[in-house]
Amino acid sequence: MALRGNLRDFTVTQLLNLINLASKTGTLVVDGPSEQAQIAFREGKLAYARVGQEDNRLATVLHKANKLSVNQYRTIVERAGHMSDKELGLALINAGYVSQEDILLNLQGYFTDIIRRLFTWVEGIFHFEAEMLPPDDRINVRIDLENLIIEGSRQLREWEQLQDEIPSLDMALKFTERPLKNVNLSVEEWRVVSYINPKNTIRQIAATNKMNDLEIRRIVYGLLQAGLIEVTRPEGAKSPMPQRSFPTENKEEQKSLVNKLIGRIRSL
Amino acid sequence: MQTVKMVVTGPFSAGKTEFIQSVSEIDVVSTERKISSREERNVKESTTVAMDFGRITVDEDLVLYLFGTPGQKRFDFMWEILSEGMLGFIVLVDSTRPETFREARSILETFRAYAPTPYVVAANKQDKKDAWEIDDMRHALRLDAKTKLLPCTATDRASVKSILLELLYSILAEMESGNGG
Repeated sequence: MALRGNLRDFTVTQLLNLINLASKTGTLVVDGPSEQAQIAFREGKLAYARVGQEDNRLATVLHKANKLSVNQYRTIVERAGHMSDKELGLALINAGYVSQEDILLNLQGYFTDIIRRLFTWVEGIFHFEAEMLPPDDRINVRIDLENLIIEGSRQLREWEQLQDEIPSLDMALKFTERPLKNVNLSVEEWRVVSYINPKNTIRQIAATNKMNDLEIRRIVYGLLQAGLIEVTRPEGAKSPMPQRSFPTENKEEQKSLVNKLIGRIRSL
Repeated sequence: MQTVKMVVTGPFSAGKTEFIQSVSEIDVVSTERKISSREERNVKESTTVAMDFGRITVDEDLVLYLFGTPGQKRFDFMWEILSEGMLGFIVLVDSTRPETFREARSILETFRAYAPTPYVVAANKQDKKDAWEIDDMRHALRLDAKTKLLPCTATDRASVKSILLELLYSILAEMESGNGG
């Protein structure tokens, strides 16, 4: 059976469920709006993942997880760049820089983060290549999909709810009268708060803070619910649509027209 | 002949068709079709799946058209089209169905993003005994103090007139403050 389609009709969570239940081996390729993701499975378990042109070599993953210092990372890239991840992993373990558990945990974390990012993709063409296995030079993991599927389902409901609450990221935010005193916010929430200004759209705030659509909506929703902020039109923004179409440009004639409408409605 | 337009929007079964019908001089143009989903069937027997369209002739030179957006979410692609060139819009909310309040909020935010035109929110079915209080609805809909939230009975002409007038007053106020046109 050709497993292919559009994420609009078949969500990532549903795909993972199918792959899990059918214990599939192969690679799910998803062409998203701006990049491609490749997720490899062995007998229904997550084995490997990459998205776009991101560097997902072992050294980079460990460096991003602060398991390797900058100097160690540079040295490895210069001197051991020719080694496969498997060879490098063994070398790092033998040298005492990291343990086997460190390597597996961090790779698992990196791959599951990619899946979490995929949960926010609502558009994209996917197909499953049964013949396509993970690259030989990379370390494969073995992650059960059930928890990811549950997390994905939860996130999908949350995503749909958040999209309903905040349909447009091209609107701006402003503070309400309620003061921001004695309010406990997380670091990410404070970062967003520091950019709240009717000149900044939600999308711009997200980009500045390197947040994806889901993350920024989650934070903005929380602040909205608490009554700390409100959504407003961005200052200086051109309306995406033509202004209301009066049959005349003349302001006095427009007012006269509205007064005529008022008179007519009163007389109904 | 000059024409101007207002849009009446809101969740499924909020009362948009009845609202327009109460003041339109023509029968509201709509297409009756069998409900397709069981959930929708539980709410009412039949529903419109095309636009609601009503008309009020002001004089021989001026006509006001009232456009009602399709109620079901699957027709939301029509909202932007209907919003083009509107003087303002009314968001109708069924006061007896709090499960629709979230959708009403979403519709309001969507329309606000389309255009900076004045709007009012009408709490319909306020004549029903299980209607939410207006103040409670303001909080539930997260409307700020400046937004007009008005009690409404869509089948009552006087009530619908008052909603339209409030919207027109808002349009006039905005013009007089220099933001209109």
